Amino acid sequence: MKIEEALWLYEHGEFSLDDFRDLSGLSEAELRELVECGVLTPIDPHAANLTFSADRLVIARSARRLRRDFELDTDAVALAVTLLDRIRDLEAELRDLRARLPGRQR
Amino acid sequence: MKYKDYYGVMGVERNATPEQIKNAYRKLARKYHPDVSKEPGAEEKFKEIGEAYDTLKDPEKRAAYDQLGSHAPGQDFRPPPGWEERFGSAFSFDDIDLGDLFAGLAGGRHRGRRGGQMRMPGQDYEVTAHISLEDAYRGTEVDLELAVPEYDEHGFPRRAVRSFKARIPKGATDGQRLRLPGKGGKGLNGGRDGDLYLSIALHPHPLFRVSGHDLFFDLPLAPWEAVLGATIELPTLGGPVHLKIPPGTHAGQQLRLARRGLPKPHAGEGDLYAIVAISVPTAIGERERALYRQLAESSTFNPRGHLMQEAAK
Repeated sequence: MKIEEALWLYEHGEFSLDDFRDLSGLSEAELRELVECGVLTPIDPHAANLTFSADRLVIARSARRLRRDFELDTDAVALAVTLLDRIRDLEAELRDLRARLPGRQR
Repeated sequence: MKYKDYYGVMGVERNATPEQIKNAYRKLARKYHPDVSKEPGAEEKFKEIGEAYDTLKDPEKRAAYDQLGSHAPGQDFRPPPGWEERFGSAFSFDDIDLGDLFAGLAGGRHRGRRGGQMRMPGQDYEVTAHISLEDAYRGTEVDLELAVPEYDEHGFPRRAVRSFKARIPKGATDGQRLRLPGKGGKGLNGGRDGDLYLSIALHPHPLFRVSGHDLFFDLPLAPWEAVLGATIELPTLGGPVHLKIPPGTHAGQQLRLARRGLPKPHAGEGDLYAIVAISVPTAIGERERALYRQLAESSTFNPRGHLMQEAAK
């Protein structure tokens, strides 16, 4: 059986705006709106052709699903994605603190 | 064809108003949406909810669904005579998924997916790959199985199971995402194939706790090892190593073994931290007891000296 190579979605990978549009399912206009309201940060905001680090695709896809499934406008999507991002950061911090706590297996 | 109870999934009566259906959907979506939910099985549950809502919110799809009557969920059934006319051509209902069938219905008529002109990308899928810490360290292959709708010559969907192996390169950690391009649903009319997104979940390890690419574990030391220092052998994911314990090591201290954690996908490795615990024997012999007594009598060490001083401040 052929083995498929899984590709990292990490900060070292890079996607063009076109890639991002195809992969996230958001339109170019929607992506630009998310950039304007600060939810998606391009690698160089002043570049003529915007590019994004690959880990941001997770955020863009999440934004697309939230918009579609809850019928949210851009401001509501921006708020939801920002809060989800904060939850992810807090969960990472919690995981780190738990890993440092002696005497328990998690 | 197996029956799906869309009203039951949504928790509404069969005569529910569109507003009641919408409210039920919003309530369930807040609970089970995979982007916001921590409920076990939320992703699967939300797929069912989304499928039910897609049919019940559309008056024509809902009318077509209602004509199927009411059956037990999962029960094999046949639609009433003439029901399939809206799909344009005769076909077998035997192995068709009700959700796939309604997804292809637009404006009360079947779109005839393959016959249409519209370029449509294939559906993306998200799967969680549960792997061991050892697999994350070395890289691994996982077997994946995905039931995706494929379309016959009339444009009718059939569930096809696709199995394949995916290589997860070393460097994965909890929550990390990977993408398998083109391994989702097939695109139509020249649309690109969907992707498969993998989310990594690490099995708990009996020894090591994980934070990002760093690993932590408890290192029990005998009191004399902590006082005098020692060179001890430790297990790591890359094999045993020797660690020098400096004299005067105390409980809770973190001893860092640089680059002995998980490899990072781009470059470098995380660190391994040994968290010191002082372990005391629960049963001791006469000679050991005598030595501890001798130590207690000759030592001037007072571990609680600061308590009274702090309290007096």
